[in-house]
Amino acid sequence: MTSDEARDLMRSVLRPIAPEANLDDVVEGETIQEALDLDSIDFLQFVTGLAEATGLAMPERDYAQLSTVEGCVQYLTSPH
Amino acid sequence: MPSLGADMDAGTVTHWLVKPGDAVQRGDIVAVVQTDKSDIEVEIFENGTIDELVVPEGERVPVGAVLARVRSVTSAGGRPLAPEPPAAAPVAVAVAAPTGASSATHGPVVESPLVRHLAESLGVDLAIVTGSGLGGSVTRADVERAAKAPRKETARSGTGERRAPSSPYARRLAEELGVDLDVVTGTGPGGSVVERDVRRATPVTAPAPRPTSEDRQRAMQRTIGALMARSKREVPHYYLDTTIDLSAAAAWLEEANLERPVAQRLVMATLLFKATARAVARVPEMNGFYVDGQFTPSASVHLGIAISQRSGGLIAPAIHDAERLSLDELMSRVKDLVMRARTGVLRSSEMSDPTITVTSLGDLGVDSVLGVIYPPQVAMVGFGRVREQPWAQAGQLDVRPCVVATLSGDHRVSDGMRGSHFLTEIDHLLQEPEKL
Repeated sequence: MTSDEARDLMRSVLRPIAPEANLDDVVEGETIQEALDLDSIDFLQFVTGLAEATGLAMPERDYAQLSTVEGCVQYLTSPH
Repeated sequence: MPSLGADMDAGTVTHWLVKPGDAVQRGDIVAVVQTDKSDIEVEIFENGTIDELVVPEGERVPVGAVLARVRSVTSAGGRPLAPEPPAAAPVAVAVAAPTGASSATHGPVVESPLVRHLAESLGVDLAIVTGSGLGGSVTRADVERAAKAPRKETARSGTGERRAPSSPYARRLAEELGVDLDVVTGTGPGGSVVERDVRRATPVTAPAPRPTSEDRQRAMQRTIGALMARSKREVPHYYLDTTIDLSAAAAWLEEANLERPVAQRLVMATLLFKATARAVARVPEMNGFYVDGQFTPSASVHLGIAISQRSGGLIAPAIHDAERLSLDELMSRVKDLVMRARTGVLRSSEMSDPTITVTSLGDLGVDSVLGVIYPPQVAMVGFGRVREQPWAQAGQLDVRPCVVATLSGDHRVSDGMRGSHFLTEIDHLLQEPEKL
């Protein structure tokens, strides 16, 4: 997966969870939860969407990496 | 028109899903009603046959108005399909369990017969006229203004054309995306317009959001404000808080989630909700309705979950019998409810009967939240953010994940003593998460 594809995937997973959220509004270093007002259930739905699309297990210990845009892109683009 | 929450005075029937002659069963969704807050699917509470639809689509009527008549299986005559007092004889066919909550402090919002007549003679569809009168009602001036507006905008339903049926979500989406449903070809069951049709018909450059959704947001803010003002005026609140050690719950949760695929994982909020539902079942003064100077405890716990609609709105639909659900069931109900609250389609029973409400604003970063009780409920539980903090116990200092639990209680029904017992019970339950 390229980083553009990773961003597109994140966008499409976020759309039903937070229709008004814009990934481009998240500044570097900020968590997606803070920037887009996602609660723990929203974030779990986000991870679920990514896991279903990629087939990756995404254990809870990886949540920290998945909670920033750059971390998430890196996670999705690196081989598992 | 059922009362879909204490803050509702009137609603618009946007869509009938049944017609005269249709057989209906308890729990069937018969209509979609739009309130200031949301689109609600209205369920029927008795088996029978639809006799007559009294309120046409697009008409706004006050809470308590008869929407339709139903011929019950056990009787010959048509009966009014309208909320009845809880103690009513079984002849009443209610659309939704009434809460006794319909607010007496606001007048119902109805168009006067004069306005209705004027609209008819000018060929104006009242359903699409924005009201500028008291409480959003449509005035003479609104109708006259609408009559002067371009014909297509105002007289669509006057042409006798019947638009294709569409799902509530498709309609909401169409409104958001600026798609005219009349020109969309439906590919759903019976040619109905569904989500994919709307998405296909979306213009490449989406138009700016329409002012109508902003109007609705403002209306919602006003509605919530009015209910909260009434609560603060009438309900003598008392407040308690306690800090709960969540290390046992956090360790249990981590372990439980290790084995689960992501779609089945639990979040801490679910444990907090479950502990609240179990605790409230043991302290009945927190659970039920205070109506007309009298408190009626509820036999089951219908846990209202405060859900932010992001646009500034707040909605607190119920999870029925929450104390009896397993954590997995509760988790999937919460996820489903959050999703539907955001897409704007909830069911009438969910809106009308929470017996206590819980808010977990803490996910968004604050340490504690002292809620305002939703009348006619008598308690509101709040959870702050789960955070690590120093914890002293048996002369030792440790660092543990903790949460501040708060209670806003109604002093007409309970007191600090009972409230404290309740919060302590939540704490105890969370120390043995495997038993939740």
